[in-house]
Amino acid sequence: MTAAPAILEARCVSKAFGGVQALKEVSLSLGASEIVAVIGENGAGKSTLLKILCGVYEADSGEVFCDGSPRRFLGIHDAMQQGIARIPQELELCESMTVAENLLLGREPIRGWGVIDEESARQMARRALDRLGLDFPLDQPVSDLGHGQRQLLSIVRSLDAEAQVLLLDEPTATLSPAETDVLLQTLRDLRKSGRSLILITHRLAEVEAVADRVIVLRDGSHVGSLAGKEITRSAMVQGMVGRDLEPVIHPEPVSGGAALTLENVTTAEHPDPISLQVNQGECVALAGLVGSGRSELLEAVFGLRPRQGLVHVGDRLLSPQSPVQSVEAGLCLIPEERAEQGLSLDQSVAENAALPGLYRHAGFAGVLKDGITQEVATRVVDHLNVQPPLLDAPIRELSGGNQQKVVIGKWLDLDPSVLILDEPTRGVDVGAREEIHQRLRKCTADGKAILFASSEMEEIFAISDRIVVMAEGRVMGSCLTKEATEEWVMELATKAGLR
Amino acid sequence: MGHGAGNESGSPVKKIIGIFVVLLLVMLLTAWISPAFFSAYNIENLLRRSALFGIMGIGAAFVIMTGGIDLSIGSLVCLVGCLTPWLVTQGFPVPLVLLAMLCLAIGAGGLHGWLVSRVRLQPFLVTLCGLFIYRGITRGLLADRTVGFGTEGTAWKFLGNGRIPITEQFGLPIPLVILILVALGSGFLLRKTVWGRHLLAIGSNETAARHCGIDVDRVKTGAYLLCGFLAGVAGLLFVLDTGTAQPSNFGNFYELYAIAAAVLGGCSLRGGEGTILGVLIGATLVQVIRNSIVLIDPIPDSIEFAVIGGIILLAVIADETIRRRST
Repeated sequence: MTAAPAILEARCVSKAFGGVQALKEVSLSLGASEIVAVIGENGAGKSTLLKILCGVYEADSGEVFCDGSPRRFLGIHDAMQQGIARIPQELELCESMTVAENLLLGREPIRGWGVIDEESARQMARRALDRLGLDFPLDQPVSDLGHGQRQLLSIVRSLDAEAQVLLLDEPTATLSPAETDVLLQTLRDLRKSGRSLILITHRLAEVEAVADRVIVLRDGSHVGSLAGKEITRSAMVQGMVGRDLEPVIHPEPVSGGAALTLENVTTAEHPDPISLQVNQGECVALAGLVGSGRSELLEAVFGLRPRQGLVHVGDRLLSPQSPVQSVEAGLCLIPEERAEQGLSLDQSVAENAALPGLYRHAGFAGVLKDGITQEVATRVVDHLNVQPPLLDAPIRELSGGNQQKVVIGKWLDLDPSVLILDEPTRGVDVGAREEIHQRLRKCTADGKAILFASSEMEEIFAISDRIVVMAEGRVMGSCLTKEATEEWVMELATKAGLR
Repeated sequence: MGHGAGNESGSPVKKIIGIFVVLLLVMLLTAWISPAFFSAYNIENLLRRSALFGIMGIGAAFVIMTGGIDLSIGSLVCLVGCLTPWLVTQGFPVPLVLLAMLCLAIGAGGLHGWLVSRVRLQPFLVTLCGLFIYRGITRGLLADRTVGFGTEGTAWKFLGNGRIPITEQFGLPIPLVILILVALGSGFLLRKTVWGRHLLAIGSNETAARHCGIDVDRVKTGAYLLCGFLAGVAGLLFVLDTGTAQPSNFGNFYELYAIAAAVLGGCSLRGGEGTILGVLIGATLVQVIRNSIVLIDPIPDSIEFAVIGGIILLAVIADETIRRRST
């Protein structure tokens, strides 16, 4: 590399979890004023590498160097004092505390005797927000912010730390295009000011836009490096997947009867009535910006939040606020927040996979038949190609994409007639995304109906038959996918304030 | 905003007002039925009891705000309360005994904190063991004998039973003065210092706190240590007030009164929420209810626990219902 010692370097680091080798002798070096992107499918070891670099994990073998000398971090705190800060993949905010309190957590300005200097705390918080052009009220509890806003807040927090090296794990996964642009520009500014950044993202366009170099990981091994002009979408996909991707087969929708019907559905947040019909064998996308009310609508349909209006599955009328009845009627909801709403992270793959259907397999008085958990889980793992196919590993140790496969698979095993998905492939890599998309298309070919919300245009156009655009809790328009354009979707999605 | 945790924070001010209204209602109702309630003697006594339980309640609140629990408070009160008169009658100087007892309580609290944060045991288990162990030690050491100061230590008893005369009948109990100092100090610690801020952050989201570089273990240990210390202070004041202590029942169930005070005062058992003022009102409410049961004749004294349990349940149900409505 360059003559000067690298700011941060990993040499031949390896790490295993249980029986799974997450990283195999991976090396990476980061110079001053440089953005290095680490890409790879889910489970390739990207997050593990990052966590070793910032002291969350210790490598089983191999070394980490700071400014040319070997370092052993004694945890995140130690790494932070070395000027290395990580922006986490999952949101890490204190919900009940305010924006300002969260921004300064762990580095509150002190007047002496541990007393917080409120005045300069507020100034610091305000400056940090201004830098990204955000105008959140400082005293607002974080629980009042939307998901995209929270993501921005946790990024602001890390950017503001006096960090020389920033490690970003999927920072844009939940951001709208406008928010993403703000963030990417901030990354460029940081590079200009001499900081070094490592970026993990599944959005290859962002890598093209900002990265100086690219490290490609596959199955825990370093399989390629790209620099400058070599960084193209096709080169990256080729490197990550090790094969060319087949395009999603788009069968003609089986035109069956109505599978899911919404009549004048309203929720507390969105008083405008929404009517919608999804037919058997049809896949309908809900497009819109973060905060447009798609998640709330999906949750209301499933019965997780109060609603007015009628929801039919087939010709069965669902009573409001009863997810139990919804499942019985053949509806399932695959939620937006995998870690919080979709899985019990500490339980095994098998326990997670078998959970929704347990009552169906139970005998007298709820006694479970021997081996039923394993049987169901084996089916789920096989059908969705979960990697590694270890049934007894805690699901926490799986990559995001494979966790998501379990979430989707456990519901498919119940053979629902209608699938509702909220961001079906958030934080999921190209390969796993493709597999999930194929799987969903196969469901519609079998006559199931799908209603999903997504913030990713690519995904919407790849798998939907019809697009419904929402903004501010209202349906702005709908159109067959083959007749729609991205521009049309964006225009409707950003058409706000017409009330 | 519907991301699962959006309904965590009912406004703390509203909670305090709510519980304060309940307190006023219970007081007025009792006074209406039994005029003895507002007698100077009764009020002074009530303030003294509330102050003692308020001190323990604040300790419990610190632990609860981290998302933990301390079940050992009552047994620690027993240990301190019984050992103090015993050691004094053995001829040790009173100031030395008081100091040693406070150190003992701090040590016990610190040990709980260490076991919870470094050894990663569950708070419920650690302090449940404490509940058994401290009472067992006390009863064993003293062979279940009732201990008293006898003629010793009279100069120090004013800390527990002393008063600052205001009128002829009414005086401010000294424990209340101590409580006010403790409350002011605690409020400052919680709202104005980094330690307090970090304590609330840990209760709100421990992972986030850890990833912000907060020394979670140290802050948590501090909370248990403080709880132990305040239990020790309360134990000393109790025994200085009563003069005697019986190892098998001194401080029985006090941890539950302390936890009840914290919860009624708006501390969420999930952690991350709570105010000192709320705890004070909560502690007073619990004592007023106990007092009312004694004063109001048709209510038999023996159903005290059932009444307290019922009122806490109602308060929690009301709180949850109001919270649901407003989101």
